[in-house]
Amino acid sequence: EEDAPLIYGLELPARCLCPQTAESNVTRFIVGTQSLKQENQIHLVEFDDENNQLEKTVFAHVDGEIWHLLSSYNDPLLFSTCYSSYKDGKLGTGCKIYKFVSDSENQGPADTGDFDTGVGNFESIDEVCTVSSSEINHISSLQWKPIEDDNQVMVLGDGKLHLFDLVEEKTESSFSFQLPEKKGHPLVATCGKWNPHHTAKQFAVASGQNITSFDMRSKSPAFQLENCHGQLVRDLDFNPNKQYHVVTCGDDCLVKFWDTREPKAPISVLESDHSHWVWGVRFNPFHDQLVLSCGSDSRVVLNNKASISSEPFGHMVDEEDDDQKEKKSDQLIAVYEEHEDSVYAVEWSAADPWSFASLSYDGRIVINKVPKTVKFDILL
Amino acid sequence: MLKMYYGVNNAETNGGSYDPLDIDSPNFHAENYLRKIKQEKSLSELMDAENDMAKQIRTLDSEMQTLVYENYNKFISATDTIRNMKRDFRQMETEMEKLTSNMANITQLNSEINDTLKENRQKISKLAGVHSLLKKLQFLFELPAKLQKCLETGAYSTAVSYYMKTKSVLQHYQHMESFSGIERECIAIINEIISKLKQTFHDKNSSAPQLAECVGLLLRLGEPAGLLCDEYLQHSRHKLDEDLQMLFSFLPYSTFYPCTLYLLGTSQHLLIDVLEFIDRGSNGFLSNLSLTIAAYENLFIKQTEITSVKLLSFVEELLNSYFHLVEERLMMDRRSRDNALVVRALDRFYRRLQATINLLPSLDIMTLGKAIIVRVAKARCEHYKLALEEFFMDCLTDARHAISSPKGSIGKSTPVTLNLLDLVNSTASAILNQVKSVLADVQLFTVRDINFSNMSYFSREFSCQDVREVIIVSFLQYISETLRKFCDRSGGPRSGLPPPALLLLLSRLCRDFEQNTAAYVLTLTDEQFVINTKDRKTEVSVFLTAEMGATAQRLLECFVQQSGVSVSRMIRTSVEARDWLRSVEPRQVRAVMRRVVEEITQTDQQVGSLYEEGVRKARSSDSSKRTHPFNQTSVSKQRERSHWGVYAPSSTMDNSLLSNIQKLFSERVDVFGAVEFSKTSIMTGIVKIALKTLLECVRLKTFGKFGLQQLQVDCHYLQLYLWRFVADEHIVHGLLDEVVSSCVHRCVEPVAMEPSVIDVICERG
Repeated sequence: EEDAPLIYGLELPARCLCPQTAESNVTRFIVGTQSLKQENQIHLVEFDDENNQLEKTVFAHVDGEIWHLLSSYNDPLLFSTCYSSYKDGKLGTGCKIYKFVSDSENQGPADTGDFDTGVGNFESIDEVCTVSSSEINHISSLQWKPIEDDNQVMVLGDGKLHLFDLVEEKTESSFSFQLPEKKGHPLVATCGKWNPHHTAKQFAVASGQNITSFDMRSKSPAFQLENCHGQLVRDLDFNPNKQYHVVTCGDDCLVKFWDTREPKAPISVLESDHSHWVWGVRFNPFHDQLVLSCGSDSRVVLNNKASISSEPFGHMVDEEDDDQKEKKSDQLIAVYEEHEDSVYAVEWSAADPWSFASLSYDGRIVINKVPKTVKFDILL
Repeated sequence: MLKMYYGVNNAETNGGSYDPLDIDSPNFHAENYLRKIKQEKSLSELMDAENDMAKQIRTLDSEMQTLVYENYNKFISATDTIRNMKRDFRQMETEMEKLTSNMANITQLNSEINDTLKENRQKISKLAGVHSLLKKLQFLFELPAKLQKCLETGAYSTAVSYYMKTKSVLQHYQHMESFSGIERECIAIINEIISKLKQTFHDKNSSAPQLAECVGLLLRLGEPAGLLCDEYLQHSRHKLDEDLQMLFSFLPYSTFYPCTLYLLGTSQHLLIDVLEFIDRGSNGFLSNLSLTIAAYENLFIKQTEITSVKLLSFVEELLNSYFHLVEERLMMDRRSRDNALVVRALDRFYRRLQATINLLPSLDIMTLGKAIIVRVAKARCEHYKLALEEFFMDCLTDARHAISSPKGSIGKSTPVTLNLLDLVNSTASAILNQVKSVLADVQLFTVRDINFSNMSYFSREFSCQDVREVIIVSFLQYISETLRKFCDRSGGPRSGLPPPALLLLLSRLCRDFEQNTAAYVLTLTDEQFVINTKDRKTEVSVFLTAEMGATAQRLLECFVQQSGVSVSRMIRTSVEARDWLRSVEPRQVRAVMRRVVEEITQTDQQVGSLYEEGVRKARSSDSSKRTHPFNQTSVSKQRERSHWGVYAPSSTMDNSLLSNIQKLFSERVDVFGAVEFSKTSIMTGIVKIALKTLLECVRLKTFGKFGLQQLQVDCHYLQLYLWRFVADEHIVHGLLDEVVSSCVHRCVEPVAMEPSVIDVICERG
């Protein structure tokens, strides 16, 4: 018997959601709201798996409506927001790095090792720094480098990439890339991602119908997927276990899996799951056959792509069992229809491989779990 | 003597009746008879009997007297006769004695003569023997000269027969000097003859009868038969090879012996048609081959099995290369347009082969020939399949051109819409006609007066497998697959997507195929080729139509997506490019919206020309065109009021609750959903895609006061014009409401425009 999904409603529209990536003990998600009229909020939502309950703390985000949100890979307390605000007839944008601050004074903020005390312990968020770039006026997203003890971040905006080093909380510009122009117009990057393999030497950017990957060492494009979707590419994700596999999604309602060494054609396509634009797609960080996608058809879809995953025979592969076990076939696991509005974000928990959160524009967060049959099928 | 004579007579007349009481019996006992009569008879009767008896005795007496007299006379005459005979014999005896003495004389004379002649006779016989021997010897001595003469005159056969006659004698008397001389001379001459014969034999120009003669003579001269066979075959091979070479030279290009073409230098008649090729092949090669076979059989008929085996392998080898050539030539024509020619060529080939088969019944010519015919037929079928596919592709290209060209030149919608229906019909009928003509062409293979049509292959497999499966079914599948490729979004169609109108057209075409054309074509095929595998037929046609239907569906969905996407691309760029925060007060509907409506109207016309109206949800009474604005304003007022509540912090809960409740009652809209084959369903799909795009784009922007108002105007305009295209106008209402409410959310200064002003602006547009 499956647990019912947990639903948590925000009072404001919201677009961004991210897991607390560096927190490996508890499933926590950070959500940022988007409202022009009211003060925006940051919600820290903790999912208690045992009691199937949600605990949440709300922080005020005074700078404006949040367009992008991402937590650090190294420090569970750190996260970044990209925001815009309307002041004096002008729309301003900015990017800041925040830190959760615990209320008990005896627990020093530096003591990051012990964090099982629950979200209620956090009293406020402190601004750590403001990221501003000499090259980019409007920062649309900030990507933490997914490498331990590496404080580099990539900033996207205005058709440019800018690499920063945040060592000692200083913003120190390293170098920047310009996205290739198309017909004289600079392309707008819809999304960017670090390639987590090879100690994150590459950064992939989706712009228009293409995906371009930049190599940090040679400072040149590494691989390119041209016209990989019929319309805009909305999101991309690297397979955490297979170094050349990327998944993309876009306005043509498709989710495509690519091998970056073979950029001409996708290795697999999910065609019939979504009936409108697909806004987000994620590999499960532990079992990469589980792929989530969400879209403006208000659906969240969980697929099993065992055939192209790093575990094509299930979890355990013993030499003797090899011939007995057939290669697992791909299948649609579930379609979650708890949302009423467009779902713009879906994220796996960083701590628990089996739970995930999705966020729709009307401010509804739904936390779901992978069906037990699928879970046991993968584990056993 | 007489008694004997009479006795016999008595025995014959009275045989068996030895009754003593019978008066005529020889054992008659008078006493008993009397006693008996006395006892039995009365007196009168006795008297009568006595009278009778007396009378009988009298008659018997007289009879006896006459008999005795007659016998006496005869005796007298007999005595006379005997006396005459005695006298005559005495005369004869003397003459016989004379004869005997004469005979003795003759015998004596004879023996005397014999004795005298005896010696001479022996001499004569001896002389005759010597004479004949001398004659033979003379012949022998003359032989070399004769042979020489024969050699000179070329009468080899006489020479050979002479030689054969004398050969044994010469060999027998070899030890004698003179004979061995003659023999040597003869052998020399004969060898010369043999060499001459061989020369003719090897001469390429010598004719077949000449050859036959040569071979016959050589055989008689004791040349080994096997060797001769080989040589003979070798020789005929030269000629046949020449024929083959000639045929080969008619092949425009060659896959083997590429150099021979240049050697022969026959480039001036490179291309002759198939029929002529076959004709030449049959007349040249095949008839020569038959001649060879016949001659060979005549010559070597009495020879061992080896020769016939040799012949077989020889013929087989030649035929193989011939078949090879023929097949190559025929295969070259597998793509030719003139099917009748090919069929006739095949027919001729077949007939000639049939004529040849009698020559060598043991050789399996017909199977090879038949195999060639079958292969050619199959190749033709393949060709027709390809031709059909090419034709179909041409049709598609034509349709594509037809669709794209008027758009460029005329631009206005009416001619295009007219064209579409015509285009569907003309394309469909063109395809159908092509299929029909192909069927008619292929049918030539099975016409009765074509000889090979009664091969078992042509009666069943050809029509069933090749025509039906290879040509028709696979063509239909090909259509389906090709069309399906048009809507293959996942494969990354990087280069030019088909224009939406083409997709629409193709979907209609495919639908036509699904509904009747496919079944019709199949039935037509079955009728023309008398195929009666009932169960399979229905299965296939059901499968095909289902496939066609699915393709039509996909094409249609693809069309909806394409047109929807092209509209939504306009909308997206228009929303993204504009600075909504600082836009000026709206004076009119934005041009983009007009273009959107225009485009949708045009699409509607296109679709309308091909698909029927379809089901509409019953219109609510207040949604008719003219009253609509009022209604809309009241609705929007209500709605906007609810959204204004967003300002007041207290009412946020109400707001989200309200919008959620609103959504509860409105059905979920599948934007890129399934489409039915009706105009309204298609148009609904397109409109939905367009409006959903508008919604998503609006949510990504931030609006100023006038930005919101402009959007209100745009939405109202869309509502005015789009409702009539869709099946359920609530969909349009719902989506547009959502657009406006999202816009209100995204607006920094949400002041709505007066509905009446909106109306005025829209009216003006």
